[in-house]
Amino acid sequence: MRTADDPRALARILIAPALIYIGAVIGVPFLLSLWFSVSDVTVSSAAGHFVGLENFRSALDDPSFRRALGNTFFFAIVSQLIVILLATVLAVALQKDFRGKWIVRLLILLPWVAPVSLGSIGWLWILDSIYSIINYGLYHALGVCGPKPGMTPCPVWLGQPTLAMGSIIAVQVWRTLPLATVINLGGLSSIPQDIHDAASIDGAGFFRTLFQITVPLILPILLVAVLFGFVFAFTDMIVVWVLTRGGPYDMTQVLASLAFFKGIDGGDLAGASAIALFLFPVLAAAAILLLRLARRSEVI
Amino acid sequence: MNAREVGGKVVHRSVIGLFSIFAAFPFAWMLITTFKKTNDLLDPNSFPFGYPKGMTLENLRVLFEETLFLRWMGNTLFVGLIVVLITLLLAVPAGYALARLSGSFGEQLGIGIFLTYLVPPTILFIPLAKVVSLLHLQDTLWSLVLTYPSFTIPFCTWLMMGFFKAIPKDIEEAAMVDGLSRLAAFTKVILPMSVAGILTVVIFTFTLVMQEFVYGLTFINSGRNFTVSVGVPSFLVRGDVYFWGSLMAACFIASVPIAFLYNLFVDRFIAGFTVGAVKG
Repeated sequence: MRTADDPRALARILIAPALIYIGAVIGVPFLLSLWFSVSDVTVSSAAGHFVGLENFRSALDDPSFRRALGNTFFFAIVSQLIVILLATVLAVALQKDFRGKWIVRLLILLPWVAPVSLGSIGWLWILDSIYSIINYGLYHALGVCGPKPGMTPCPVWLGQPTLAMGSIIAVQVWRTLPLATVINLGGLSSIPQDIHDAASIDGAGFFRTLFQITVPLILPILLVAVLFGFVFAFTDMIVVWVLTRGGPYDMTQVLASLAFFKGIDGGDLAGASAIALFLFPVLAAAAILLLRLARRSEVI
Repeated sequence: MNAREVGGKVVHRSVIGLFSIFAAFPFAWMLITTFKKTNDLLDPNSFPFGYPKGMTLENLRVLFEETLFLRWMGNTLFVGLIVVLITLLLAVPAGYALARLSGSFGEQLGIGIFLTYLVPPTILFIPLAKVVSLLHLQDTLWSLVLTYPSFTIPFCTWLMMGFFKAIPKDIEEAAMVDGLSRLAAFTKVILPMSVAGILTVVIFTFTLVMQEFVYGLTFINSGRNFTVSVGVPSFLVRGDVYFWGSLMAACFIASVPIAFLYNLFVDRFIAGFTVGAVKG
């Protein structure tokens, strides 16, 4: 048989270039980062020497690392809990037909499509310490805080530790909500209308249908949305880099941004690799969960 | 309509309205800020949703004439086009082979390839920085051309796999009965039918390139070589001086138009995340 007709040979030839490319730009650097993490390599040194688990030990001893580790989990878990709640509400609302639906969908997708770094700059302006539009509203419309003597000073959104963490979580919710919503919508539209009809004939109200029929049926897809959102939030550094650079006092530092500041700004490739590798077990767990879901429900 | 239905409608409208405002407000605020005069911007007591001191095009003039914004847009376009080309050349054949030629092994491999999309730039950027400097690609757009396919190929292979699975097998079989080889059936019959899928890959690859930030920030050092997503936040802010008017103009121009394009293709994107793996 000619190669052009042999499915197996053809399959190898067609898949090989993509696999080789992925191996070269994902596989090789990944192995390299494993080596970096047990070496003392820096930006300027050529090869580096084996130092065992020294980098991991010094990372764990470093209070700013421990803070970043905690922040990363907090940031990812809290933001995704909020996302999943809001995305379910929004998807159910969007499932109905109404006038102007296409424009609403476009608006709601904007934060996901726009480059994150640029969207975050928009928030930087909204949360500015002096010109914040939110503070303008709090002062001029509500009068709850303001610059006048005797008034509570308005919040410095990105400068006070708790508020800064709240702000980066809010922006992360803002940018991942569209993805979770459209994934949920995909799940909702796959529920046959018969099921809704049957429920309404049986007299089930809106909330009963929602919690006893809709949510259980879209649960696998809901989980997919959560897992993707969690992975994106867990490994992201853009929102933090743009809004706070990890400040104030490392209170919003996450693993990815810490690795960046240490490795690229500080030149300590070995230490930074060790920090970034702490992301890996969580990623692997997410991947395994996704695979299980794919097997069970024909859904990824 | 009874009171309950009216109430439901009001709740529905408010939910939709609130979410739309939450999602779109930062962009609306960018647009409003673009035309504000500096003395208006720097007056915390000036009414924000209007132009008490008049509108101006000065911020746009500064953006286009005194910053590298147009050059960053050009750089993004350049990198985007080459990455689209590389992605198409590698992901389309791979997607076809996974959908049609390799049975259940292909399905496993397909899921494996998709999962590499989960490997984030924040794990790879440190070793890649070393690789890029060893290849003497530091501070060139080619470093981005080399690395961006690492996330565009997996996602687009997966998309194309789902797309090809949706095409009935009879079509190739008929072509092969007519004397075409397997390969020719793919290139001459299936590919021309797949324009919509290929266009989807082009749009998604382009938006992924436009959004990428970590590699761009890591590999590029000089202002002239930035892409738009890195150039705007790192170069239009000098020290503590923010050119808010120009900055907001740049963010709006670089993010909103592509969203309209993307919106046309979004259903296919969702399908890629949800039902791409349904057994064919």
